[in-house]
Amino acid sequence: MIEAIDLTRDFGPNRAVDGISFSIKKGEILGFLGPNGAGKSTTMRMIMGYISPTRGSASIGGHDVASDPVAARKKTGYLPENAPVYPDMTVFDYLDFCAGIRGFKGAEKTGKIGGAIEKCFLGQVTHQTISTLSKGFKQRVCFAQSILHDPEYLIMDEPTDGLDPNQKHEVRMMIREMSQKKAMIISTHILDEVEALCTRAIIISNGRIVADETPENLKKMASNHGAVRILFDETADPGAALSCIKKTPGVKWARQTGFKVGEIEIEARPDDPSAPIEGNITASLAANDQTPKSVVIQQGRLDDLFRELTT
Amino acid sequence: MKIKESMNHISVIFKRELKGYFSVPVAYLFLIFFLLLLGFFTFNVSRFFESGHAGLEGFFQWHPWVFLALIPAVAMRLWAEERRMGTIELILTFPVSLFDIILGKFLAAWAFIGIALLLTFPMPLTAMYLGSPDVGAMLGGYLGSFLMAGAFLSVGIMTSAMTQNQAVSFILAIGVNFFFVLAGHAPVTAAISGWAPVWFVDMVSGLSFTAHFMSLARGVLDLRDILYYISVIFFMLLANSVILQNRRAA
Repeated sequence: MIEAIDLTRDFGPNRAVDGISFSIKKGEILGFLGPNGAGKSTTMRMIMGYISPTRGSASIGGHDVASDPVAARKKTGYLPENAPVYPDMTVFDYLDFCAGIRGFKGAEKTGKIGGAIEKCFLGQVTHQTISTLSKGFKQRVCFAQSILHDPEYLIMDEPTDGLDPNQKHEVRMMIREMSQKKAMIISTHILDEVEALCTRAIIISNGRIVADETPENLKKMASNHGAVRILFDETADPGAALSCIKKTPGVKWARQTGFKVGEIEIEARPDDPSAPIEGNITASLAANDQTPKSVVIQQGRLDDLFRELTT
Repeated sequence: MKIKESMNHISVIFKRELKGYFSVPVAYLFLIFFLLLLGFFTFNVSRFFESGHAGLEGFFQWHPWVFLALIPAVAMRLWAEERRMGTIELILTFPVSLFDIILGKFLAAWAFIGIALLLTFPMPLTAMYLGSPDVGAMLGGYLGSFLMAGAFLSVGIMTSAMTQNQAVSFILAIGVNFFFVLAGHAPVTAAISGWAPVWFVDMVSGLSFTAHFMSLARGVLDLRDILYYISVIFFMLLANSVILQNRRAA
């Protein structure tokens, strides 16, 4: 279990992180979301004990990070922001160093290094100097370092930052593969990643938790969840259609939104997001001789919620 | 078990660091300058050949000055570089105690300077070829020089932790080291003896890197001189760990 209790951190007069508490169990992947500067990295650094909190505490696997950092870190893999690596070492030497620090020796060490190289697709650059590698490779080298000892806990600060779409996909596959046995925290501002990977998401803004839910529930929190989008031909009379939709029972409000050539788009919001209004709208349009091109129910998007909560 | 683990951590860091020295040209430049400077002072200033004396005093007397200029250049990168590359976050979140990391880094740099000292081997060989020098004094000189190098280095590694700017670290180290070199010299003691109590003057001159070294180089193997350097090194490394601890909170 990774536990954060009331983590708070001031930088001079600024409060970067303000009273963050959560705990995650094995099998959970926690997505840590927030705009740049919201306090994601600072929180992760406090959990790893790299910086100390102004108030509050963190523990990993029952070991308090402040009083017993070595025991806490033994069980943990950490991928810091920007994936730091030693540029003048080869990939193998770097991983060999990290494995040595973790106390592996001889055949076991070689095995761990080999496993990490294979999992992170580093086979073709094993003996290359890290400074000659592309950003994507450097990221994976540091990623390899974090999973080398098969830790119970993983803390990764933007693990897919700087990767191309194929590499992102690979990294996500790796993360998902490992997820059953581990507790993980992943920070990102890519919302697809949260939907694709995480069992739980925390959105932080200005150092505070503003949402802590499963990705599905988060989508329901978006204000456009349950909204309906109705498209008409340009020949339709928008005024008539709009007044007709507005009168439909269950519709809170409606407005014309799209201005695309050859199309008229109207968005309608329900009074109650859990009660579908799509049927009522279709029926009431039909009764008034209006024929829409399509009627689509909005799922509610994480992007929208993210923007609503963090701006 | 804890000690064994510590030893392993120190040795892993030691090996990485020492190997790192030889993968960058700075190390070779250092070795070349070190040998050139010592050679120049010994032969052109102390006039080793013309002195008609088969001893290494004229060689050892320059060590504090050469160390003063060159050791901060070796030490300045020890933490500043890690901070610049961001790897400090990696190394400080490994399951390793902070002091083990500091010790591993320090010992590697010290060993590197030890190698530089060993490369001066033609000096004692020449002296032994030309006459019959006091071998005890020569060995004492090398031991003293190595210990003194460690003291210079421990100051440098501490100032390196204070800043991410290598130039600032370099200048700070020279400043602090300069004090330690000059502490025993007459102008400094004269300047403070006018107003300070005697015990204070004694304390300041007792802090001198040079005085303890010169007595070792005369072949006087005094445990107090050795303890002096060991305690300076230990104190500076401890200060280093306090500085890094404080940065976590700052």
